[in-house]
Amino acid sequence: MLEIKNLVVQIEDKRILNGLNLTVNKGEVAAIMGPNGSGKSTLSYVIAGKEDYEILDGEILLDGQNLLEMEPDQRASAGVFLAFQYPLEIPGVASMTFLKAALNAQRKARGEEELTTPDFIKRVNAAAQQLEIPKDMLKRALNVGFSGGEKKRMEILQMALLQPSFCILDETDSGLDIDALRIVSEGVNALRSPDRAFLVITHYQRLLNHIVPDTVHVMHAGRIVKSGGKELALELEANGYADYRETEAA
Amino acid sequence: MADVTLMKTPAETALAQAFESAKTTLPGTGESRAQAFEQFNSRGLPHRRVEEFKYTDLRTLLREVAPFAGAPSADQARSALEGAKALKGVEALQVPFVNGHFVRDAVDFHGLPENVEIVPMAEALANGHDWLAHLSPVPWANDNPVYQLNTSFMADGVMIRIAGPVATPLHLRFVTAASSAVATATRVLVVVEEDASVTLLETHESTDGANHQPNDVVELIAGDRTNVQHVRVNAEGDKALALSTLAAKIGGDAIFNSINVVAGAATSRHQVFAVLNGENTNLRVNGATMLKGSQHGDSTLVVEHGAPHCESRELFKTVIDNEATGVFQGKIIVPHHAQKTDGRMMSAALLLEEGGSMNNKPELEIFADDVQCAHGATCGQLDEDLLFYLMARGLPKKDAESLLVQAFLGEALEFVENETAREALVETVESWLKARA
Repeated sequence: MLEIKNLVVQIEDKRILNGLNLTVNKGEVAAIMGPNGSGKSTLSYVIAGKEDYEILDGEILLDGQNLLEMEPDQRASAGVFLAFQYPLEIPGVASMTFLKAALNAQRKARGEEELTTPDFIKRVNAAAQQLEIPKDMLKRALNVGFSGGEKKRMEILQMALLQPSFCILDETDSGLDIDALRIVSEGVNALRSPDRAFLVITHYQRLLNHIVPDTVHVMHAGRIVKSGGKELALELEANGYADYRETEAA
Repeated sequence: MADVTLMKTPAETALAQAFESAKTTLPGTGESRAQAFEQFNSRGLPHRRVEEFKYTDLRTLLREVAPFAGAPSADQARSALEGAKALKGVEALQVPFVNGHFVRDAVDFHGLPENVEIVPMAEALANGHDWLAHLSPVPWANDNPVYQLNTSFMADGVMIRIAGPVATPLHLRFVTAASSAVATATRVLVVVEEDASVTLLETHESTDGANHQPNDVVELIAGDRTNVQHVRVNAEGDKALALSTLAAKIGGDAIFNSINVVAGAATSRHQVFAVLNGENTNLRVNGATMLKGSQHGDSTLVVEHGAPHCESRELFKTVIDNEATGVFQGKIIVPHHAQKTDGRMMSAALLLEEGGSMNNKPELEIFADDVQCAHGATCGQLDEDLLFYLMARGLPKKDAESLLVQAFLGEALEFVENETAREALVETVESWLKARA
């Protein structure tokens, strides 16, 4: 599904990713954990196609397609979805308008028919209900005045509507209370399927109690330094990242 | 110091000649015309050293004066109005003007809505009329050269009296359909009596490719407890030099809400001169301006808080593509006695490409000591992070930009109360953006 080979990335002369290798298979939920500043969010932005980064080396393949040659919108239509750590507020754009524009843009890019309004509304309502998103929230400007939890739920709603094949959750647990964490996790778990892979980026093991990963990767100083099963997350929770910092120093 | 005789530009000379030959044929006694032209002529066309015209130098912009348009034939008027598109879908009583002349055949004077009276301006000027005393409700507008030219040359227009609540909007529809360049000067006076309410739509369209020179003035006197909603659209042809003025005097406990949407003309300048003449009045003046190519769009605003306890809100949004130039000049005057004034003025510009420019000049003149007044001006590009967010959801760059531009202008449009009119304005924005993509 997703293959990252020897990815080297810098921003304003600062090296962030340093020869990162990662493979995520179809149907797999891969977690990436690591201390602050290890490059986790950079990785998510680079996969999604944010412009600010300079790619010095390496490639990112999604089902064999080279993502680095594609614009962010083309990547989205190819199946990439990034749930933002800090979803942006867009004053003046109603959530419904935005959702419809996004969904139809992707359908158009894939040569599919645009959805009719009743069909679209049916889909939104179904997804919103599952995520406990009230209808009047959908009429408001996107994310404007939403609480942290509401913003994250709105991200998962977008994911549910757009049905991407590769989902990146960038610290989706940050700023969530326990109830919101449960709702968001249930939303994500409902989307797990043999055809869809997830990359779950988090600091804490807490989220992984709800979204149980198949694999866990530890990221440090811009590369994956250890990979394992879900038990690795528990180990990290118990011992912290100190071991990896020492490895670096030695 | 030696006497310096100011050289007249060819345009100024042409205007003097035009006035000389027109003054005997234009309707009315001509006294106020002659006075206005003399005032204009003593200073000539305003140029960049005249503060109010610093960014819109009419001496440079107006090189050649187009001939003033005569009244159209009935057929010409009919076909011009058939082709008119601006705010077409909004149900309204049509008050049409073609080539600067009121098309009276298009109005059923016997079937006017309740509380509406209409008098053709040319007729009133020629024969005299009581309401003419209401002309020039904002005295200091008489010092403005654009206004002076209108007073000098106004050939037609209407006077409208609104005596009570009017449910159907009135649509002042200005169409210039001449194939070669013409100048026009119209004057519309709307007298809204105490407790009356009305929605005024005002649209301006002209043929592309001709250097039309409209100079239109709409004047409004709104009494106490009135509610006036005003929606103006500039959809002038691509070569037009369009000058316009809204002069309004508003009574107490009143609501006046005006928006000007600019989607046309090579060069345009819309002036709003408003005086709040009674307490507890709410004024809103908004603007949504879309400029591209080498267009030049000027919004100039002077609001005088002539009474205490009034609130004024001004929100001007300008989108500038290519090498276009935007101008916003806004002045709020609060005299000594206008305590408890609450005024807020904002101009925000969005530059879509390098090469465009925006000139913002907000001014406050406050002489009262217990007031709240604020102004702000911003000028920037589309937010890269927002663009990325939208693109990461699958919107191609142009679509993402369009959505953000719509949202930006939408903030100025959302105060339009008439829903069909608001939707039509949103469509105007959408088609401007489509033409860009």
